[in-house]
Amino acid sequence: MTANTARRGLLWHLRIALLETRFQFLSSLRLPAFAVPTLLFPVFFYLFFAVVFQPGGPSLVAPTYMLATYGVFGVLGPSIFGFGVGLAEERDTGALLLKRTTPMPAGAFLFARVGTAAIFGAVVVAVLFLLAGFAAGVELHRSQWFSLAGIILAAVLPFSAIGLAIGAWAKQQAAVAVVNLVFIGMSLISGLWVPIYMLPNVMQDIAIVFPTFHLGQLALKVIDLDLGGSVWLHLVLLGVQTAVCLAVAAAGFRRFSGR
Amino acid sequence: MPSEPPSPAALAGLSGVSHRYGDVLALDRLDLEVRQGEVLAVLGPNGAGKTTAVSLLLGTLTLQSGTARVFGSAPDAANVRLRRGAMLQVSGVPETLTVAEHLALFRAYYPSPLPTARLLEMAGLRELRDRRFGKLSGGQKQRVMFALALAGDPELVFLDEPTAGLDLDGRRRLWDEIRALKAAGRTAVLTTHYLEEADALADRIAVIHRGRLIAEGSPEDIKSRTAGRVVRCVTTITPETARSFPEAAGVETKGQHLEVVTAEPEAVLRRMFALDPELGDLTVVGVGLEEAFLALTGDGAGSDGEA
Repeated sequence: MTANTARRGLLWHLRIALLETRFQFLSSLRLPAFAVPTLLFPVFFYLFFAVVFQPGGPSLVAPTYMLATYGVFGVLGPSIFGFGVGLAEERDTGALLLKRTTPMPAGAFLFARVGTAAIFGAVVVAVLFLLAGFAAGVELHRSQWFSLAGIILAAVLPFSAIGLAIGAWAKQQAAVAVVNLVFIGMSLISGLWVPIYMLPNVMQDIAIVFPTFHLGQLALKVIDLDLGGSVWLHLVLLGVQTAVCLAVAAAGFRRFSGR
Repeated sequence: MPSEPPSPAALAGLSGVSHRYGDVLALDRLDLEVRQGEVLAVLGPNGAGKTTAVSLLLGTLTLQSGTARVFGSAPDAANVRLRRGAMLQVSGVPETLTVAEHLALFRAYYPSPLPTARLLEMAGLRELRDRRFGKLSGGQKQRVMFALALAGDPELVFLDEPTAGLDLDGRRRLWDEIRALKAAGRTAVLTTHYLEEADALADRIAVIHRGRLIAEGSPEDIKSRTAGRVVRCVTTITPETARSFPEAAGVETKGQHLEVVTAEPEAVLRRMFALDPELGDLTVVGVGLEEAFLALTGDGAGSDGEA
């Protein structure tokens, strides 16, 4: 049996991971409370503020700027809701406990949630890009489109770590409140809704501690609309913030299994 | 009782296991052995430590002291998970997936899972295969959890209060399936506080009370271990007085009736008639598992007093 397990190896892990992702995605898609806000909020906001309303008159700066920030915002939702609320729910219902008795590799479980957030994020990015390109008339080099998409999708990882930290600690009901607070608070302070240079300086100083700020700035850098911070500094701070979230999550899980 | 040295047939077991939740001692140096091919019922009242014991054997709870082995390995070892199934007491699965989707996922975890049709049949879920888990009744959900426990065709299956919340029909069906598991050479551990259930299904019963194993044996053993007869009547004799009878193994009041469990019903009756010549509605019957259980765990001031 042990030899058998070893032989099943990588392919088996991959198959479970993909199957978990498929069902995680299906499950999330069928949950209107998850699917509707995560897919529609960023798209509607972008449509309203960048395409229809256009603050500051008809210029391409606002639609281009908001493409970067609403893109990051669009990935934040599925990442922290999927992990934060979803994980808390699976823990409260005992589904997580049951899975721990099965041969399901823990990695597949994490992969499925990150994968699901990435799929939702990719759909949002695709819709935003189409709106930007065809409705708002945003023009970027091909390399800029790709860089922007890459940075936005990579944001799934640090954002998932935030969700994981919340989901590992909060009970389901509390998780909904905490995630909403983090979702709205971080987006606002980090300048994902309103350009950060329009916010009071105090808020800009606070924003430094949030991964959303750094990802927003990295995305804006692609189109030369960032505040001018160093890429490396953004990356280092993102790394530290993610490590802190993962440590908090790990402590939460340890407490859970010791109970 | 011949006991202790772990027999070669032991498939899983706890030895000298104590477990604390804060100040509460949930398990107190518990020894528990699961033998190849048996149905072991872990019987006890709520809070006895049944679920804690099962959680330690499943590896979902971290062992604090003592040892836990399953198939000779740690309970959460990868090869153990492949050969073991579990139905937890408090558990659900995501509500937006259908029964068939949940089964597909769980079947994929194992090298030789049972066919989906067979699982649906066993759990009585054929008509519900495309229904979402969230739309099922409590009993139906319970049946899904049972099917998930068996998805991998496990050699050893843990069922933590499997029939809680099932109607009579559902319970009978589950009993039949547990018997079928045993007939197929599988081993099952079920926890229950349904005494009837332990009696109907188990080859062996382990009675746990306040975290300790207080009796272990076949259902017949457990019954004979306690006195053997129940004297039941309406009387003015108080339970306290009845407990002071040296022959009384357990005393309960049920409505107007006083029930005395004893190996020597004649002696008990002589004492009772001496104290209350007017006692009425008298029956003397063989002890059922329920009475046996009461006498064993049963706030058995009677049994503590003697010995």
